[in-house]
Amino acid sequence: MAILANKKVIAIGDRDGVPGPAIEEVVKTAGGEVVFSSTECFV
Amino acid sequence: MDLENQKRVKELAEAHGAENVVVVLGAAEGEASGIAAETVTAGDPTFAGPLTGVSLGLKVYHICEDEIKAEVDADIYDEQVGMMEMVLNLDEIATEMKSMRDQYTKY
Amino acid sequence: MNSVIKSVAYTLTHAPDLVIQAGTTQSTERIVNPDGEYLKALPGALRSFEDAVNYPPNQAYIGGMTPQQLAEIPMPWYENGAESDRFGKFGEIMPQEELYLLMQICDCFDLVLLEAEYSEKAAKLTESHPLFSAEIAARIKPGVELEVIKNEVESNGAEGLYHGGKLVGCVKKAHSIDVNLNAHVILENLVSKATSVISMLHLVKNSGIDPAVVDCVIDCSEEAVGDMNQRGGGNLAKASAEIAGLTGVTGYDLRAFCAAPVHAIITAAALVKSGTFKNVVVTGGGSTAKLGMNAKDHVKKGLPVLEDVLGGFAVLISENDGINPEILSEYVGWHTVGSGSSPQAVITALVTDPLDKMGLKITDIDKFSPEMHNPDVTKPAGAGDVPESNFKMIGALAVKRGEMERAQLPEFVKKHGMVGFAPTQGHIPSGIPYLGFGREDMLSGSITRAMFVGKGSLFLGRMTNLFDGASFVVEKNSGVGDTGSISEEQVRSLIAETLRDFAKSLGGE
Repeated sequence: MAILANKKVIAIGDRDGVPGPAIEEVVKTAGGEVVFSSTECFV
Repeated sequence: MDLENQKRVKELAEAHGAENVVVVLGAAEGEASGIAAETVTAGDPTFAGPLTGVSLGLKVYHICEDEIKAEVDADIYDEQVGMMEMVLNLDEIATEMKSMRDQYTKY
Repeated sequence: MNSVIKSVAYTLTHAPDLVIQAGTTQSTERIVNPDGEYLKALPGALRSFEDAVNYPPNQAYIGGMTPQQLAEIPMPWYENGAESDRFGKFGEIMPQEELYLLMQICDCFDLVLLEAEYSEKAAKLTESHPLFSAEIAARIKPGVELEVIKNEVESNGAEGLYHGGKLVGCVKKAHSIDVNLNAHVILENLVSKATSVISMLHLVKNSGIDPAVVDCVIDCSEEAVGDMNQRGGGNLAKASAEIAGLTGVTGYDLRAFCAAPVHAIITAAALVKSGTFKNVVVTGGGSTAKLGMNAKDHVKKGLPVLEDVLGGFAVLISENDGINPEILSEYVGWHTVGSGSSPQAVITALVTDPLDKMGLKITDIDKFSPEMHNPDVTKPAGAGDVPESNFKMIGALAVKRGEMERAQLPEFVKKHGMVGFAPTQGHIPSGIPYLGFGREDMLSGSITRAMFVGKGSLFLGRMTNLFDGASFVVEKNSGVGDTGSISEEQVRSLIAETLRDFAKSLGGE
């Protein structure tokens, strides 16, 4: 069963890893609906 | 995980039903990935945020995990994330993520 | 002509009690977990001033050892410190007593009270300090009774100042209603001001410049100075310059999250290159909010609280003297609104776009100075090795562009990077820490050019999801200065020679 298709996706990115907006772009291509996207900063 | 983000995750899981929500992380290394995954499944291990003692059991993946890569458009992935595969320790991240999912994900 | 990096100063200020008092990790914990184990364990995990002085990355920051020397010391560095001097060639590590005194010196509204005995002891300490001039020391106010301080803290909304957990002073609120002038904000701003002042005093000493010839100061630290009618109204720059004795300057504050220092250097370099000003100082004081930011992880793992110092720096940017390294103003890099936020897009905008304009490859930059966060602090907190990740990202882009093989990546990181040695004070690690050593490396000829990269997390302010960043390249001086003394002399001697030849030829005929 697909993980992302038709699911509500919450993207929690990391400034020093993969940021939220980049995750958003990617998961959209698998049919996930991004309902919240944020980027964390540990430093 | 940032307290405001915990609040949003909790609200969205309630609004859409936990079974319909997937959390996708972009954390920079294994331990941080594990802590974030634990937060949205078992509850906030740092006892600081709204998810303290709240076990949502959400489905959670890191954007660089094979399961996610298999579903998304390869070109867009390469454009947005590709370079980070040379930077991040993918094995360490995958091990942490799988361990959290195996223990705490309910869906 | 390009402007030059004339001089650099770096300071740290040890502030263990402010970790508890003013760090946001701790203030958050006091709200959500007031009786938790962490707050109980925290005081026992704080370091002494001596430990902070002997801590190898701190020594590297003030110029007591080079980043190469630091890299040779095995990690964890907190276990491998050696007895060191509080003064380094770029600046110093200041103890908390002197900070509180300097905050009072910087206070123009009678808001800082210090207990009489403590104040006297602190003043004695500063007597041997080479930069606490008579003029500065004259601003120290008489101490007060502890009862007065207690009353201010308990009944009038003042923030206590503690030393070793003991109340020794306070910062009073500056307005009865305005939250932008409450005691917490005034404390934050006075600390930022004091640590900027001490950095500028070191800069004046290091450069030997007459303070009267500095034209402009740009402050690029983290806090907003203002009132309820203009929260970020500003001018910490002029406020600090006043105390530091830079009487001839104008100035302003430039804020751009952690990228602000790089934006400020780019601005200063352009102001000098355009001829608007001859000497511009870029200064940044420390952030109390970030003290102990990762201390929960450190304490949990039995480490000392490593984020116990406030960072500060000051840079003098001047007209081209034909000697000091040049800032290549025409080739700065910047992240645009449309750049995108994927790591690849960010590094392309900041690193390869300007290099493409210059016709250079990534490997043509001898040293990259991105975010120089100390990994001793970030690794145990699960934030990884930030500078190393940055070098890997830059190297990975070089691989993608076909400029090197993937197998060369580890070697690239070693050769074109360095270990992180800056405290996690946001704007402080952002590119700038290597300016001092970089300037020296270019003066000695051991490297030709370095790129400085700053990144800013704009999304934290909740006004946009955008990222930010900027970069500039500094290059060994080409040898021809603005002042033209060398070339003018050459021209004169050429003319004289020609005239002599001409006279000879006339006489000969």
